[in-house]
Amino acid sequence: MSARKSKTHPERLLAQPAILMLFAWMIVPLLMTVYFSTQYFNLLYPKKSSFVGFENFVYFFTYPSFWTSVVNTILLVGSVLAITVVCGVLISVLVDQHFPGQGIVRMLLISPFFVMPTVAALAWKNLLMNPVSGFFAWVAQLFGLTPVNWFADWPLLSVIFVVAWEWLPFAILIFVTALQSMDREQKEAAQMDGARTWDVFWHLTVPHLRRPIAVVVMVEAIFLLNVFAEIFVTTNGGPGDATTNVPFVVYTQALLEFDVGAASAGGLVAVVLANIVAVFLIRLIGKTLTER
Amino acid sequence: MLVSAVAHADATLTIGTVNNADMVRMQELSGDYEKSHPGVHLNWVVLEENTLRQRLTTDIATHGGQFDVMTIGAYEAPLWGAQQWLYPLDNLPADYDVGDLFPNVREQLTVDGHLYAVPFYAEASITFYRKDLFAARGLTMPEQPTWQQIREFAVKLHDPTHGVYGVCLRGKAGWGENMALLGTIVNSYGGRWFDPQWRPQIDTPPWHQAVNFYIDLLSHYGPPGPSDNGFNENLALFAGGRCAMWVDASVAGGTLVNPKDSKVATKVAFARAPQQITDRGSAWLWVWSLAIPASSRQTQAARDFILWATSRPYLKRVGERYGIASTPPGTRLSTYEAADYMNAAPFAKVTFDSLRAVDPAHPTLLPVPYKGIQIVSVPEFQAVATLVGRQIAGALTGRGQVDHVLQTCQSAVERTMKRAGYYDKPAPAEKTERP
Repeated sequence: MSARKSKTHPERLLAQPAILMLFAWMIVPLLMTVYFSTQYFNLLYPKKSSFVGFENFVYFFTYPSFWTSVVNTILLVGSVLAITVVCGVLISVLVDQHFPGQGIVRMLLISPFFVMPTVAALAWKNLLMNPVSGFFAWVAQLFGLTPVNWFADWPLLSVIFVVAWEWLPFAILIFVTALQSMDREQKEAAQMDGARTWDVFWHLTVPHLRRPIAVVVMVEAIFLLNVFAEIFVTTNGGPGDATTNVPFVVYTQALLEFDVGAASAGGLVAVVLANIVAVFLIRLIGKTLTER
Repeated sequence: MLVSAVAHADATLTIGTVNNADMVRMQELSGDYEKSHPGVHLNWVVLEENTLRQRLTTDIATHGGQFDVMTIGAYEAPLWGAQQWLYPLDNLPADYDVGDLFPNVREQLTVDGHLYAVPFYAEASITFYRKDLFAARGLTMPEQPTWQQIREFAVKLHDPTHGVYGVCLRGKAGWGENMALLGTIVNSYGGRWFDPQWRPQIDTPPWHQAVNFYIDLLSHYGPPGPSDNGFNENLALFAGGRCAMWVDASVAGGTLVNPKDSKVATKVAFARAPQQITDRGSAWLWVWSLAIPASSRQTQAARDFILWATSRPYLKRVGERYGIASTPPGTRLSTYEAADYMNAAPFAKVTFDSLRAVDPAHPTLLPVPYKGIQIVSVPEFQAVATLVGRQIAGALTGRGQVDHVLQTCQSAVERTMKRAGYYDKPAPAEKTERP
């Protein structure tokens, strides 16, 4: 026991600088944000800054777009998670069967993940969803329908599509890999006992994918809470507040209104919201990960 | 001369500018400048308007010193000048001829008698229309129409089955986009942003009338999806022959009469911006100008450059290289005295008349405590107009009733002004000093 302890001790010491640096990396910006959130600090009046206590938070919470933005964030994260998990599982199961060109299809399915969010959003906005020159408008006109002006009439849905398209490959990547480790003999045995495809899917594949699903949900949720580029490029948070999420409100405060105080308060609120989500998810997922 | 050349030796000037056509030409011509000023290197940062504004504002407010020359608008110049964030441009050389600059434009860039920026180009809002479509219907555009007349014309000319929309207007949210146009409509309906006590006046009849009129006009007789259209989108629509009328910045004239960029080069005609119950503040004034931040370490070299880029020889050089109609407009009276420019640029007369008629010091029918026509010369304006612009763009797409939206805007603006301390004292002395 004592021998083991002395062995681990220098390791811990050696890890200290890295830990300290990471800690500073996190804590310095956080403390600065906390400090700024208690100041009235507008970049356009740098000389007027003063301590205002919780006024910035009050201001942020009563900002006309705030509650809309919370609802939008939840809708965005929830819908994209649902789409990517459901479609991801279905597509992965589909391409898990052997067929000619399987490698190419898999690569194509995963490739959207390598497209930068801004580029993806621009491609969707200008090439696909544009009501005059877009592909969807062309298809609609082919069938004699009126083209839909996606980003004006269905703004949040359009953003959800774009983001889901970007994150679906990630889900597929994880699920396809997970399916490769699935026990084929078990599947064959079930089929010999007369299980239909649906039964195999529901009772073997889905339980097998529980942990990968948990991983996908957790990783995606962290990133989806911060979706910004897609909204900035396509709708700029509009029309009205229709696609404004919490990061976008913070951006509005900081870089359109130059109100650093309120933006810092908003940033802290966003951190707290993200933590609430994280705690929920870790509870949920921690359970599925340890349940065996 | 030799001394100054030595003093300038090995200076690298970082220039932040907008990606508008006139600025891109400046960048292309700057090779001449580097040749005639050995040792001076120009480092260009060319960005889209909003991004540039964010970069410049954060840089100048934190005294970052990243830029030696900044391209700023009519809104920033007086505010930043008053904060002494800009290097004053006094004692300009005689051959620069400050007296040749448009008086209104120069006034907009002057604080307490000091010029803080030199105008690169200036624009007023004017009405563009298709004379062929008007002639085909037997319609005549008055020299200065009213908004009601614009609506009547739009009703007659709106022909979406043939891809021609009655009127194109800015619908994209932003204080420099839809709010610039809407500000002038509100002014012409007799409205104002603030009363002399800085109480917002958004929930008042002129605003309701103006916003209802604008939304009704644009959603019934405009192109589909108007809430996506800003200046550049409308320019593309009009140049492509899709709009019968368009009210926007006069600087678009240079593109619209150029057959290379425009399908309607011979069919476009020009009138003053529409008025309604008053013509006060019915056309906006915007100036893009070059300024030197006080944090720059190379003020002399920077000053030399900005004087070059706004000088008479530079304007002449642009005309020679890109065609005389492409001369940066609205800065120098001498441009409009040259007969060949007036002949080559059919929009020049309307631009000239509009620029001379605008009066940023008296922008509205009722008294106001601010200067600026489509802008309010206080730092809070960006925040409030951004918010109002978003709400109105939302109403344009059918999200929310106009009455309700304007009430929301009224209380939001009041909140912002209260937070900035406008109602703390009966008559804040600091506020009245501001431009």
